[in-house]
Amino acid sequence: MLSLGESPNLPGCMLCTANGDVPLGLLRTNSCLDAAASSLDGRSVVVWTSGLVEAAMALVELDGIASRLVLCPPGIGPDLLAYVIETAAADVVVSDQTRPEGACTATWIGCQRELHPAYRPAPTRATEWVLLTSGTTGLPKLVVHSLASLTEAIRTEAAPSTVWSTFYDIRRFGGLQIFLRAALTGAPFLLTDVQEPVGDFLARAAACSITHISGTPSHWRTALMNPNAKLISPRYIRLSGEIADQTILNNLSAAYPEAQIVHAFASTEAGVAFEVTDCLAGFPEKYLSALNGVEMKIQNGSMRIRSGRLAMRYLNRDQASLLSSDGFVDTGDLVDLRDGRYFFMGRRDGVINIGGLKVHPEEVEAVMNRYPGVLVSLVRTRRNPITGAVVTADVALRSGETGGPELERELIGFCRASLAAHKVPAVIKFVPRLVLSETGKLIRHG
Amino acid sequence: MPTRTVILSHFEQVAKEQDKQLAPFDDNLPLLETGLDSLCLAIVVARLEDQLGVEPFSAAAAEDLPFPTTIGEFVSFYEVAAHA
Repeated sequence: MLSLGESPNLPGCMLCTANGDVPLGLLRTNSCLDAAASSLDGRSVVVWTSGLVEAAMALVELDGIASRLVLCPPGIGPDLLAYVIETAAADVVVSDQTRPEGACTATWIGCQRELHPAYRPAPTRATEWVLLTSGTTGLPKLVVHSLASLTEAIRTEAAPSTVWSTFYDIRRFGGLQIFLRAALTGAPFLLTDVQEPVGDFLARAAACSITHISGTPSHWRTALMNPNAKLISPRYIRLSGEIADQTILNNLSAAYPEAQIVHAFASTEAGVAFEVTDCLAGFPEKYLSALNGVEMKIQNGSMRIRSGRLAMRYLNRDQASLLSSDGFVDTGDLVDLRDGRYFFMGRRDGVINIGGLKVHPEEVEAVMNRYPGVLVSLVRTRRNPITGAVVTADVALRSGETGGPELERELIGFCRASLAAHKVPAVIKFVPRLVLSETGKLIRHG
Repeated sequence: MPTRTVILSHFEQVAKEQDKQLAPFDDNLPLLETGLDSLCLAIVVARLEDQLGVEPFSAAAAEDLPFPTTIGEFVSFYEVAAHA
């Protein structure tokens, strides 16, 4: 397997940022690191940067050299960094930040976007790529991939004049996928800037004439509210990371009639499993037997995946095995077969119990999001002395719409028409907006 | 608006939403014979919590006090809590 830095198309990939462009091909003769890359040969390296570009450059430079590259997403503070270093048995931190006081004894190597000429050693090994994903205990799970597992779904020939972009941060699985696509196909790649407002990003995306763009359904709902969404005219729109309901697919089709709209199922552990290209929610039943290189099965209601794109294991000692004994990853995503199509019902760990009856928040949200005037909804649970819990909903309306008791009654009636009584929100609260996590998903807890 | 009126209007509203036939109100009418099932009562309790700012059941459970069983008891349960 080639290392990322040896990828033949790499010189075509340029990172387009708010502060100028960075051609990745420069890294073949230049370095972003304060130490010779050869000194990192065979080391376990944590990449802890505040900037996205710095992280991207460090990955290109060190893949095939380091034995292990651990990519820290934003939000990993000094305490968690110490945990990551220990869990990954890392002896080097590559960072564009100063070493936190008393944080760690690992060697600290600076990394900046200003490059300097340097000799690049030949890659000698298949580096382990370690991605972080949130764990239920508050400590991140360290998920081991290889460049091969991360890139198996990528076809290396790109359509001409492709310009990639993503709402995701590239230091997480969803964004990293897009960065790797751009790097392996040699396409320019527009990155979000740290804390960049969505309107500014869309304006830059328009200025760069992006053609391909990815994000979560929540990213897209937010983007479509922004007047600058009209500035871009992508040929390809990709959704992943959350359930793509029919409403967001329809809204994107209406906003971008020329674009192919694809929703993909992918997760840090399961890798990229499949794509759905017919612009309908869910996926065809035949995917269970017809996917190329990816096996799927439904067991106890949840989707299981086996393929060469799976992660291999967790580094955390206290984590249960990532793979079942037959080599499948249990995604924890529940699906329901209706008329030859599987629909996502929500996460197994997100089920609400109302007097002994199950409710998937996502199922209720999908119904509410269909109501004209509703931009996005978030279903929660509230403790209740009669049934243990009731369903409540926070609803953000499209601009120009006003919430009130009358709309609440209308919405409840609308839900009642297609949902069982226990799934209908008992109380609806109208909110100005819903908060997204750093992964671009609705925040469901806390 | 008197607490009683607020409560009875929620009973009527929830009954309408859930297609339930309400029995004529009478203070001695057992709650479970009003025509509302436990889910409907749960919804009424959630909405009263929002409107009146009280949810007297948890406090009653904590002190081992009996829950109301009739409409009259339900109303006074809330009246006492709302004025506490």
